[in-house]
Amino acid sequence: MLEIENVCKTFHQGTAHEVRALQGLDLHIDRGSFTIVIGTNGSGKSTLLNAVAGTFLVDRGRLRIDGKDVTLWPECRRASLLGRVFQNPFSGTAPNLTIAENLALASRRGGSRGLGPLVSSRLRRRLRDVVSELKMGLEDRLDTPIGTLSGGQRQALTLLMATWQKPDLLLLDEHTAALDPKSAEQVVALSEQVIARDRLTTLMVTHSMQQAARLGDRLLMMHRGKILLDLGGAQKKRVRPEELVARFEDVRRADLLDESAAEMLARCYV
Amino acid sequence: MSLLIGALTIGFILSLLALGVYISFRIFDFADITAEGSITLGAAVTSILLVSGWSPIAATALGFVAGMAAGSVTGILAMQFQINRLLSGIITMTALYSVNLRIMGRSNIPLLNERTLMSQVEKLAQRRFSAPNVPLFGWEVGVRDLAILLFVPAFIVAVCILLFLFFRTSLGAAMRATGDNAQMIRALGADDRNMVILGLALSNGLVALSGSMLAQYQGFADVQMGIGMVVWGLASVIIGEALVGTRQLGFAITGAVMGSVLFRLLVAVALRWGLNPNDLKLITAAFVFAALILPLILRKIPEWKRRLARA
Repeated sequence: MLEIENVCKTFHQGTAHEVRALQGLDLHIDRGSFTIVIGTNGSGKSTLLNAVAGTFLVDRGRLRIDGKDVTLWPECRRASLLGRVFQNPFSGTAPNLTIAENLALASRRGGSRGLGPLVSSRLRRRLRDVVSELKMGLEDRLDTPIGTLSGGQRQALTLLMATWQKPDLLLLDEHTAALDPKSAEQVVALSEQVIARDRLTTLMVTHSMQQAARLGDRLLMMHRGKILLDLGGAQKKRVRPEELVARFEDVRRADLLDESAAEMLARCYV
Repeated sequence: MSLLIGALTIGFILSLLALGVYISFRIFDFADITAEGSITLGAAVTSILLVSGWSPIAATALGFVAGMAAGSVTGILAMQFQINRLLSGIITMTALYSVNLRIMGRSNIPLLNERTLMSQVEKLAQRRFSAPNVPLFGWEVGVRDLAILLFVPAFIVAVCILLFLFFRTSLGAAMRATGDNAQMIRALGADDRNMVILGLALSNGLVALSGSMLAQYQGFADVQMGIGMVVWGLASVIIGEALVGTRQLGFAITGAVMGSVLFRLLVAVALRWGLNPNDLKLITAAFVFAALILPLILRKIPEWKRRLARA
């Protein structure tokens, strides 16, 4: 489904701020898999998602989605294959457009945008049904600008928008990190439900070890632009949040060791 | 009375400018200064075509098209070549000054003896009324003035309805969403750059149409006529927003038209009271400045009150 081969990305190359965000990353994801990505800050997990989404083009390597080589596709072209939910609840919706208009735009993701009416009466009826399934009382507010809603509501609607046209690949980028605990729970429950119902191939980045342990059928842990740990099947089922925290601790210690070793060598030889 | 009718007519004609400014400044949040050149461009193209004997409708339509081309240039500079937005507008505006002179061949084209949209309307009206003047609410009003005053608003209303409908189509809504949240529209598979280019084309097309009609109404095109027009349009948009609010598209469009007409009336009254026409642009600029900082001041007032109370 998703094939990533030897992908590299360096930001601010040749400057003091040079960041080698992805360093020869390989990843194959099967159709229907729900993969969780965790990692320390700056490990490249969001960069990985953005590389797939086409926010930037990678420096080296190849990206294939559903057999199509998308390495050089611009972001808006890849959108025909991808559904995306962002960390910032304001990123996924247009605040001055109504709920109905936002959803209707999403219903044409990857399709053509002509001079026909955006919200037909048939589409409107469907919108009502789908929105009422959220049980947030939004079905009677379809003509309210979406900017007046809470972050949780907007994120739930963004998820509906991302999955309205069943995407080949769903990208969730810490999509509950900016929400209050209750909204986060609601959005996670909704995500699980939609992913299970449509059997969506999903790549989800999260900060929450609880989510990482509980959700998905495969777990990737990233560090320094590479995949450090790849758990699937029974191993993934057994894993517990505490173990993941312990693994992070190991990584941190190994990093410290690197630095102190370098320091020691420097003291001896420089 | 004829002063009032003149102010109303020009107010309606310039509401096209206000709509153009509304699209670039408000929908796309793009401070587009191309309008200063494209309003003259519309006037220049239409005038030169009228002088060479084209039909007024075709000449006006081509004025609109020329404006769209100018807007696309600014859009391409800003979006495809990533030039600063304000600078893109300045570049196009500067270039347009020479282009306009080239098109016109001289700095001023009189249209008094040409067949224009306005003279056509006048002819139609004269067929209906035999007298040169008709009574209206106790005033004697020229048939020409009255006919134009009926025609121009009708035309503006038609443009507004078309614009409103357009912004509710899939394409139009995608354009509005681009100004709101470009990231989102990319994630939904539209090229936000093309949306902005198209938006600026539409905006400047309307501005040029305004110039084209203004030239036909006042009877000449002048290469200097665009100076200060962006601020004029912005003032109209701001007045409109104060009158009817901004939240909804329909209100915003109506507001821009109302703002433009009201602004022209205020100007006419001020001139009548003896305002020096040379000071008009300074006063307009001061007005826009005041309107722009007003929200900030209103926000700060409680803070000042608290400080005063403590002191």
